[in-house]
Amino acid sequence: MAKRDDREGRSGLDRRGLLKCMTWAGTGVLWTVSAGVPRTMGLIGEASAATTHAGRLHFVQISDSHIGFHLPPNPDPNATLGEAIAKIKAMPVEPAFLVHTGDISHLSKEAQWDTADQIIKGANKQVFYIPGEHDVADADNGKAYLARYGKGTQGRGWYSFDVAGVHFVALINVFDFNPGFKSAGLATLGNDQLEWLEKDLAHRSASTPIVVLAHLPLWTIYQPWGWGTADAGRAFGYLKRFGSVTVLNGHIHQIIQKVEGHVSFHTADSTAFPQPAPGTAPAPGPKKDVPAGELRKYLGVRTVDFVRGRAGAPALIDSPLAV
Amino acid sequence: MSKILLLAAALAVAPSAVFAGETVTAANAPATVAIHNFQFVPATLTVVAGTTITWQNDDSSPHTVTEKGRVFHSAALDTKETFSYTFTKPGEFTYFCTLHPMMTGRIIVEPAGSSS
Repeated sequence: MAKRDDREGRSGLDRRGLLKCMTWAGTGVLWTVSAGVPRTMGLIGEASAATTHAGRLHFVQISDSHIGFHLPPNPDPNATLGEAIAKIKAMPVEPAFLVHTGDISHLSKEAQWDTADQIIKGANKQVFYIPGEHDVADADNGKAYLARYGKGTQGRGWYSFDVAGVHFVALINVFDFNPGFKSAGLATLGNDQLEWLEKDLAHRSASTPIVVLAHLPLWTIYQPWGWGTADAGRAFGYLKRFGSVTVLNGHIHQIIQKVEGHVSFHTADSTAFPQPAPGTAPAPGPKKDVPAGELRKYLGVRTVDFVRGRAGAPALIDSPLAV
Repeated sequence: MSKILLLAAALAVAPSAVFAGETVTAANAPATVAIHNFQFVPATLTVVAGTTITWQNDDSSPHTVTEKGRVFHSAALDTKETFSYTFTKPGEFTYFCTLHPMMTGRIIVEPAGSSS
């Protein structure tokens, strides 16, 4: 069952221990879950002071920067992306790299990607990108994105890579939507990509931690708004034998998380604007009624921290731009 | 050959300007579909062949107008941007928004000269 991480309760943990919901807020406490039992790792300052880069993979997820958006509640997503980058630069533990889980641009325009690149460059880190549907919304069905960001990728932009013993799979589910003529239009991965995924995973040890990146959620969060991926089940058929699978998604501009067996699913905050909680508005889209002073509470970045030698899922920390 | 016109947001939706030089008759007067609150309004529109339909995005989210077989496909329309397509042949066309695929609409094109 999906458990929503509501804003008021961001620092709370799900009673069933299903939710790896962690936050930091100034001197907040870093929580982690080991074998289903939440425990603290001490104050953030302590945790970072006590930890070095050795034996650790630490990276940052940003998502949904929507450069080119210009309406309420955020007429200046350049500024908020810049604040996200500044937050990353100020982190006590330097990330190895960034992942951007899509919707870099609002309208698939080169000028918007140029602006995003300029701002993100400020982090001085390698960035692994996947497109959101807003990045493939040109009249040529994603040609511009793939020409710019798709070098060295497979098919329509998917790829995998390994860092520090962790295998990363970047999946693309922003093409070939099922139109919702009879039912909700969910995203699809498609047969070609799924066949590639099966081969990509086939020879890997089940003890290899896996991180899956995809823009739309790889589980159905809310079908009436198309927040799901129709053929994700087949992907998880290939992933289920692995002991640690962490799925990082964007698209819905809010944090919703769940755990199923060894697979944990996490959608991320946007750096541009929040969207309504599933079903709480007539339609998805920018949540317009956010007071200007509140906007940054709904935006944020996520750190993902693998500690080598410790089995299981990484620790995730979602960090809003303002508290 | 169908004509596709993608108009900049700043350009007023003025049929006489868009179709300057063409004869706009009652039979193929331009028709419009609003994109409003994540819906195509009207969801089904019946026109006669030769009609140009213009979609205007009134939402703060961008949307596309994409026929399911890609007979016509707009780039993402920002707020107040429009997309126009001239339906030259009779038939039924179902379309959706690739950004929000639960949004669907239908255009029914009747032969020119038929009553509509």
